[in-house]
Order: sequence, then structure tokens, then C-alpha cells
Amino acid sequence: MTAKLVIENLKHKPMRSLLSILLIGVPVTLILCIVGLSHGLIEDSQRRTRGIGADVIVRPPTSSIISLSGAPIDQRMVGFLAKQPHVVQAIGIVNVPIEGVTVGGAGIDLKEFEKMSGAFSYVEGHGFEGPNDVIIDTFYNNQHQKHAGDTINLLSTQWRISGIIDGGKGAHILFPIDVLQAKTGNSAKVSQIYLKLDDPAHADAVIKALKEKLEDYKIYTTEEFASLLNVNNIPGLRPFLIVIMSIAVIIGFAVVCLSMYMAVLQRTREIGILKSLGASKAFILRIILAEAVAMGIGGTILGILMSYGAYWLIQKLVPASFPMVIVQSWWLNAGAITLVGTTLGALYPGLSAASHDPIEALAYE
Amino acid sequence: MNNGAIIEIHDLHKTYRVGKVEVPALRGVDLSVQPGEFLSIVGPSGSGKSTLFHIIGGLTPPTAGKVRVADQDLAAMTDAGRTRLRKRTVGFVFQKFNLLPNLTARDNIAIARHIAGTDPEPSADFEEVLRLLGIANRLDHKPSALSGGEQQRIAIARAIVNHPAILLADEPTGNLDTENSKAVLSIIRDLNERLGQTILMITHNPEAAAYGHHTVHMRDGRIIERT
Repeated sequence: MTAKLVIENLKHKPMRSLLSILLIGVPVTLILCIVGLSHGLIEDSQRRTRGIGADVIVRPPTSSIISLSGAPIDQRMVGFLAKQPHVVQAIGIVNVPIEGVTVGGAGIDLKEFEKMSGAFSYVEGHGFEGPNDVIIDTFYNNQHQKHAGDTINLLSTQWRISGIIDGGKGAHILFPIDVLQAKTGNSAKVSQIYLKLDDPAHADAVIKALKEKLEDYKIYTTEEFASLLNVNNIPGLRPFLIVIMSIAVIIGFAVVCLSMYMAVLQRTREIGILKSLGASKAFILRIILAEAVAMGIGGTILGILMSYGAYWLIQKLVPASFPMVIVQSWWLNAGAITLVGTTLGALYPGLSAASHDPIEALAYE
Repeated sequence: MNNGAIIEIHDLHKTYRVGKVEVPALRGVDLSVQPGEFLSIVGPSGSGKSTLFHIIGGLTPPTAGKVRVADQDLAAMTDAGRTRLRKRTVGFVFQKFNLLPNLTARDNIAIARHIAGTDPEPSADFEEVLRLLGIANRLDHKPSALSGGEQQRIAIARAIVNHPAILLADEPTGNLDTENSKAVLSIIRDLNERLGQTILMITHNPEAAAYGHHTVHMRDGRIIERT
């Protein structure tokens, strides 16, 4: 019976109910988009790191998990590392940011890189033919719609796209390493070094030996490095997510508080009727909270649907800049966050309704 | 004090506070109502009829005096106690019907049972009451689709669905035309005669008051006559 009363109340003012559900749904979408973008960026980075085919990664002392500052490693280190026990190949890469933190480029020795990662799968074109050639991947090209032979402006320079490859190897944009070193003032320097071992099982032993020789360097197995690419290890990301979730709770709280406060005012007489029938304060509060929870659930479902809409739009407009994914495991979290906000928001109107004097409520016009 | 009366009131006072001003609404009311009695209460506006009604119905506590309703001391009752009283001991019928506009007539009756903690589906004998009220075929309509007379009959059905000891009717014909007024008053009298329902009815109308066994006249917060 309580459920029927709640449903009929929601149906009685459909525009108010729908607007409230929409406004509750917006922060749910916001949460899911931010989480989807975070996960998308991380998954993209993990995929590209694994795609290089290395067993061990050597990064400079000043690096963090997601950032490299320039190319501080002397290129001669590549040769030194190639001679270490169990190491069958070492390649140095120069990394540059292209579009903020979401799209990066890498300078590579194409022949050595393909030897480590496997041959590129070209959708169009081929490898570098000249110093101003770049290779882009389909992921990046989905946003830019280029063809092999077209030019593209990157790093304030016009480059010719020599080939378009399937993504997932190193970076979305690949430059000849010597050209990129010269262009970025990093001649004979690299950003990080990837090592291929004779047997991946030797990775721990190799890392232990290298750490004795290169004390300050950050040295990881590829899997260890990929696993470290997560929300907790990206500086500022977790506080950012907490801020976004807090905003969502506050919006949900404010929307429901306002909506239910108006509803309680409009239903003052009905509350008086229920009280005249013997409805307790708890019964009145339960109805108000149940209505808010129903709107919270509706807002969560709508928010999830709208996150698919946002996903579709991002995929259409800026798929490379914002590699969003749908993170279904966060639906419950987003719903719980929303329900906390809506329940808190309904508490004051609910308590206000519960404490109405029945005689005054019945006289309300 | 108790002579088998279902309502026993002695020296009842009720004072409302409006801002810093105290407004006495009842100034020493004595009243006794026997089970099965149909009592009409008449008096001019401001005579204290509704206040007396609200106290007997547990909508507001008395300021002073003794009030016993169905063997329950209302003067000593908490807010929660008065809420329990309204669930099962008294039923209200109002001038403005006061049906929940979002629910059908059937659900308006069912919610009274739900609040009282009983099965929302009325018992078979209640179906007979619904036929007596002439609303058995109007139960699936919302109040906005019902006439005033039909709404008041639904309100009566809701008021008695939990078999309360006392039915309190506040100007039940105040919003009805003559024909519907007579019909509703006949129904109320039938409930009293057939079911032995104790009824207190406030009215301005002497013809309506005549439906009761007795009439209590109030003025200035006191009962001035009982006929």
C-alpha cells in the first residue's frame, strides 16, 4: 500500500517527478563519465605498454608512473643495457605529449621497435620514408579522419602521414626517433628503455641485477608497470574523483530536498488526512523517504542511460582525446552515492512533514 | 466517573496560544456519551464544537480536565498514544471529505486499514456496508471523478472500515446539496441503528441535528444545553 501511495504521488505531478529524476540523473552521468574516462585512459595506457612486447622497462629517476619529464636518459644506456645478461634486445623511446595528457607521441627506431613488438599491421600506407613522416594509429585517426599521404600539424610542424596502423603499440603517434630528438632538443637522449629478455622468467633476476648498477632508476617488469597504472597511483585522480562524487551527492541532496520540500508543502492537507487516519510520524517519514529513494533509483537508471549517450557522443566527436569506457562495476557505486544524497535530501522535508500538526494540516488550503 | 459511558468528559479546558495571546476554546466542558448513542453537537462558530471534536478524536491534547474515550485517558496520553487512538478507536468524517486525491476510492479505504495494521482487503461483511452506502460500483474511481455525495460516502466507509468505537462527523453535509445531505444523514443514522455505531456529529443545521438521539448546544466554549 505504501508503494502504491508513493507511485501515485509520483504520477500525480509527473513533470516535477521527471525533472527531479533528470536532475538526479545528471550527477550520476557525471560520475560514470569521469570514472569511464579514468578507466579508459588507464586501460589504453596498459594496452599500449603491453603491446610493445618488452619484458622490462627502465625509467629515469625523475619519472612517475604516468609522467616522464623529457628524455633524461643518455642514449648510450641502451647499448649498455643490451649487453646485460639475459637481455636480447633493448630499445630507447622518446615520449612527447601531443594533446595534453590523453594523447602522446613516441619517437622510435621503427626497425628495432617492430622487432620487439612484432610487425605493425598497416590499415593504410607503410613505415617512415622521410624525416617528416609520422605513423598514426586508428584510435587517433578515428578522431582526425586522415589518410596515408595527408599532412598533419603536430608539435608546430607539418608532418606527412606515411601509414595508419592498428593501435595498441607504444603510442598513438610514432615519429622517427632521431627527428623527434632533434625537434625536442633531446639529441642522444631517450625517455625510457624497454628490454626484451631471453626468457620472461628471468625478469626478476635481471631487475635485481640492474637495480644494483642503476640505483636511482625505476625498473619494472612490464606487467608490474601496467598494474601500477591505476587510479590510486595517478596523482590527484582519486581526490578528483572524490570531489566529483561529493558534488554529485550535494546535487542529489539539493534537488531532492527542494523537490520534496515543495511536495510536502503541496501535500500538507494530505499529510493531515493520513495523520487523522492514525498514521505515525514514522509512517509519514517513510513515505517521503520512499518517494525520494524511488526518484533516486529512477535518477540512477536515467543517469546510466545518459552515460551511454555521453559515451556515444565522445566516441563520435573526440574518441582519441577522451578514451571513455563504460564501467559497469561503478553502476552500484553511483547508485549508492545518489541514494545517500537523495535520502539525506528527503530527511528534512520528511521530518518536517512528520511533525505537522494534524489540525493545522487539515485546515491547509 | 464511569457509568458505562464510551466518552466521559469532566471540566475540560482547552486554550490555544496564538503568538503571545492565549485563546480559550473550551472553558469547562462536561459530557457523557453512551455506547450506541447518536449525539448531535450544535452551536455558533467559535463555540468550541470543533475543538471538542479534535480532543475526543485525539488530534490535539486537552489543556486541563478529564477525558476518557473507550476507557483510555486522553489527558495522560502521549502523541504516540493519540496516534494509536486515531488508528482504531475513532473514525473521522469531514465537511471537505478529505479523501487522498491520488488514490482511488478503494485505495482510500484500503490505506485506512493499512495504517491500522490490518489486511488492506475489507472483510466480506464490509462489502455489505459498501452496498448500503451505495458506492460498491464507484470504488475504482479517484475522488476527482466522484460527486460530492459519493466522496462523502467513501469518506464514511473509510471512517468505519476499522470498526472504530466512535465515529466523529464534522459538518458531514456542509458541502452537499439537499438531496445528498439527506442521503448521507440517512446513511449515518443507518450505521447507528444497524451497527450500533456511536456517533458524534457537529452541524449547524437543526434538521441535520434532529437525526441524532440527543443534541448538545455549545456556546463560548461551554455546553449550555442538552436536549
